[in-house]
Amino acid sequence: MDFNDTPEEAAFRAEARAWLDASAPAHEVPEGVKLDDADEVRRGRAWQRALYDGGFAGITLPKALGGRGGTVIEGVVFAEEEARHRLPKGPYMGIGLGMAIPVIGKHGNDTQRARFIDRTLKGELTWCQLFSEPSAGSDLANLRSKAVRDGDDWIVNGQKVWSSWAHESDWGILVVRTDPTVPKHKGLTFFVVDMKTPGIEVRPIKQISGASDFNETFLTDVRIPDANRIGAVGEGWACCMTVLMGERLGSGSSKSGMMPIIEYAAATPRGAGTALDNSAVRLALAEALAEERGGKYFEARLRTMVSRGENPGALAGMVKLAYAGRQQRALGLAMEIRGPEALAPSAGDAATHDLQYDYIWSTVMRIAGGADEVLKNQIAERVLGMPGDVRFDKNVPFDQL
Amino acid sequence: MNFDLSDEQKMLAEQARGLLGERSTPDHLRSLIESGAEWDEPLWREIAGMGFLGAAIPEEFGGLGLTELDLGVISEEMGRANVALPFFSSIVLAADAIRLTGSAAQKAAWLPKLASGEAVGTFAYVEGAGGWTGPALKATFEGGALNGVKTPVADAGVATVAVVLARAEGKPALVLVNLDQPGVTRTRLDSFDQLRPHYALTFANASAELLAGQAIEELFDRAVVQAAFEAVGGADACLTMARDYALERAMFGRPLASYQAIKHKLADIAVALELARSNAYFGGWAAGESPDDLPAAAAAARLTAISAFERAARENLQVHGGIGYTWEANCHFYYRRERTLAISLGSREAWADRLIAHLPGTQAKAA
Ligand SMILES: Cc1cc2nc3c(=O)[nH]c(=O)nc-3n(C[C@H](O)[C@H](O)[C@H](O)COP(=O)(O)OP(=O)(O)OC[C@H]3O[C@@H](n4cnc5c(N)ncnc54)[C@H](O)[C@@H]3O)c2cc1C
Repeated sequence: MDFNDTPEEAAFRAEARAWLDASAPAHEVPEGVKLDDADEVRRGRAWQRALYDGGFAGITLPKALGGRGGTVIEGVVFAEEEARHRLPKGPYMGIGLGMAIPVIGKHGNDTQRARFIDRTLKGELTWCQLFSEPSAGSDLANLRSKAVRDGDDWIVNGQKVWSSWAHESDWGILVVRTDPTVPKHKGLTFFVVDMKTPGIEVRPIKQISGASDFNETFLTDVRIPDANRIGAVGEGWACCMTVLMGERLGSGSSKSGMMPIIEYAAATPRGAGTALDNSAVRLALAEALAEERGGKYFEARLRTMVSRGENPGALAGMVKLAYAGRQQRALGLAMEIRGPEALAPSAGDAATHDLQYDYIWSTVMRIAGGADEVLKNQIAERVLGMPGDVRFDKNVPFDQL
Repeated sequence: MNFDLSDEQKMLAEQARGLLGERSTPDHLRSLIESGAEWDEPLWREIAGMGFLGAAIPEEFGGLGLTELDLGVISEEMGRANVALPFFSSIVLAADAIRLTGSAAQKAAWLPKLASGEAVGTFAYVEGAGGWTGPALKATFEGGALNGVKTPVADAGVATVAVVLARAEGKPALVLVNLDQPGVTRTRLDSFDQLRPHYALTFANASAELLAGQAIEELFDRAVVQAAFEAVGGADACLTMARDYALERAMFGRPLASYQAIKHKLADIAVALELARSNAYFGGWAAGESPDDLPAAAAAARLTAISAFERAARENLQVHGGIGYTWEANCHFYYRRERTLAISLGSREAWADRLIAHLPGTQAKAA
C-alpha cells in the first residue's frame, strides 16, 4: 500500500502541472462570474481543444481510439492537477467524453468510431443523454419512445425528459424501444442522433434553482439513419449499462465537499470568535469530513481495483451515495451556522449567495445518476447478496404490462 | 499509488481470521464469561507462538518488525472475533508506548517479554469521572514513587506491567510500573464488556520509572488507528451476522432479507463500513510512512470506525428481533465491545477537535 506517486506517476504529474500552468490561465473562468450557457459551452469547447492539442484529451482512452492510453491513476492525477484551475468543465463536455465515447468505443463499429470519437475529443461535438422519460427514470427500461424501421432509416417518436444541456448539444445518445412484444429490457435499441434533425424539439425546464440546465426533448417522426445505430437491434440495454458504469466512477477532482463548508464556518463571526469555535459545530463538521476522507480513500481502493482490470460493480455507487446525503446535510448546517443572514445575504456576500444555490443544488446528487434508494438496492443485492425486489414485470412482454 | 493490502497482508489476515474464528467461537466466549475467566489464556499463548504479539515490535527486541498496517490487519481480526484477549492493552498501548518513548534499557527489559506474551501490559490513563486531562490528572510521580488511583484500567487483572499517565514536575508524563509489587492494589470493577474486564489500580508509593521520551499524543493517535481497525472488524462481523440471519428468517411468505427496510439499512452499514475501513488503511499507512498526516488520519479513522460499528452493532441486534436480546444469540458481544471501543481513548468530540485542528492548508483551526 502506498499513497504516494510512483516515480512514473510523479513524472506524469510534473509534466501535467507544467503544461497546465502554461495553458490553463488563458481559459480560466473568473471567480463570481456567471456565464450564459452558450458562452460557457464555447469556452468548454476551446478548453477541450487545448487539451487535445496538448495531448491530454482522453487520458485513459486507448491510443487506438485516439486517446492518450494512460493509466487509471494518470487520469486521476491529471484531474487533480486540472482542479487547481477554474476551468469551464460541465455536462456539455462530460456526457460526450464520459458516456458517448465509451459506448461508441465498445459497441460501435469502426466507421462510427472514426466519425465521432476524435471530433468529440477535440471539443467539436457536444453531446446530451436522451435516456430518461416521464415514466422511465430509475426504471429506465420502462421507456416508451419507439423507433420503427423504414428502409435504411428508423422513425422515432416519443418524449425524453431531464436532458441536461440538450439545448446546447450537437448530438444525443438515445435509447428507444424497437420491439414492444418482448420483455422490457430486451426490446431496446441504441442510437446516436444529430440534434438538428427535423422533428426534435428541445424545451427548457425551469429548475428549482431558477436555472434551466435540463430540458424536455420531443421527438416527432425523427429520421435516424440505420448507420447511426450503435450495437445490434435489441441490444440497447447493454449499451445503457456501459454508459451508466462510466457515470458512477467519478474523477475525484470535485472542488465541493466539506473543506469549503468548514472554511465558511471559520469565517462566520459568532460572539467573540467564529462559528467553528462552537463544539457542536466542530463535531458535526468533523464527522462529515471524516466520512468524506473515507470516501476519498475508498475511491483510491476502487481505482486500484480498476487499474488491475477488476470491475468494482455496485461498489462504485457507494461513493456517490455517501457523498450526496452528506453534502446536503452539511450545506443545510452551513445555512444554520450563518443564521438569519443565510435567508437574505447582503449584496456583497458572495459566499452566502453560493451557499443558497449549493443547498438547492445538493438535492440533485441524490437523484441523478442513480437515486439513493436505487443505489442501496444494488449494494444490498450485488455486494451483500440479498434477494432482489419483488418484480411484477419480469419476463412479461412490454406490450402486456 | 496502490491502495490495497499486499498479498502478504491478505495472507496474514486470513491466517488470523482462521485461527481466531476457530478458537474464539461464541460458545467459547460464553463459557469464559460463565466461568468468570479473566481472559482466554490458552489462545494468548497460541497467538504469541504465531508471532502476532510481536508483529510490530522491532526484531532486535524479539518481534517481527512488521508495519503498523500489518498490525492493523491483525487488529481487524481481533475485532471480528471479539476476542477475550488483552491485545489492545498490552500490544497496541503498553508495548507501543515503551517502543515509542522507552530508553534502550526499558525497551530491552520489557519489549521481548511483551512480544513473547510472557508479560502482559496495560495502559492506565483515566482517573474516574473527571477524565484524565488538565486538573483531573492527579496521579503523581516523584522521586521514583507513583501515587494515585487510575480507574478504570482495562485488563489490569492479568497485566504484569502498566504504562501510567501521571503528573511529573507538574506536567503529564508516562511512567512505567511493575504491577507485581506491594505498592499496587487491583480492584476488579463491574465491567460493561464482560470479555474485557476493567480494574481500579491504586498506587501507594509504588516504585516506578519515567519513560525516557514523551509522545503522549502520538501514542494516542497510533492506538486509535488500531482501535479503528478493531471496530471495522467488529462492524464487519455484525453486518455479516445480520445479513445471514435475514437471509435465513422468513416472514409473510418471503425472506426477511428481501424487504427494503432491511436491505437499505444493511446497505447503509456497508457504506459506512467501507469508508471506515478506507480511513483505517490510510491511518495505518500514515502511522508508518507519513507522520505529518497521522493526527488527521487517526481522528478520521476513529470517527468513522466508531460510527460504523455503532450502527452495525445496534442494527444487528435489531434485525435479530427478540432472539437478538438473548444470551444465546451472539449480538450482545459486539454490542458491548462497540461501546468499549467508542469510549476508550477519548470521546467523539475530542477526536473531532483533533481533526479540525490538524486540517492541512486552511485557516480553519479550532480554538
Ligand atoms: C439535474 C438532473 C440532470 C439529469 N440529467 C439527465 C440527462 O442528461 N439525461 C437523462 O436521460 N436523464 C437525466 N436525469 C434523470 C435522472 O437519471 C433521473 O432523474 C433519475 O434516474 C431518477 O429518475 P426519476 O426522476 O424518474 O425518479 P423516479 O425513478 O420516479 O424515483 C422517485 C423516487 O422513487 C425511488 N425509487 C425508484 N425505484 C425504487 C425502488 N425500486 N425501490 C425504492 N425506491 C425507488 C427513487 O429513489 C426516488 O426517491 C437528470 C436528473 C437530474 C435531477
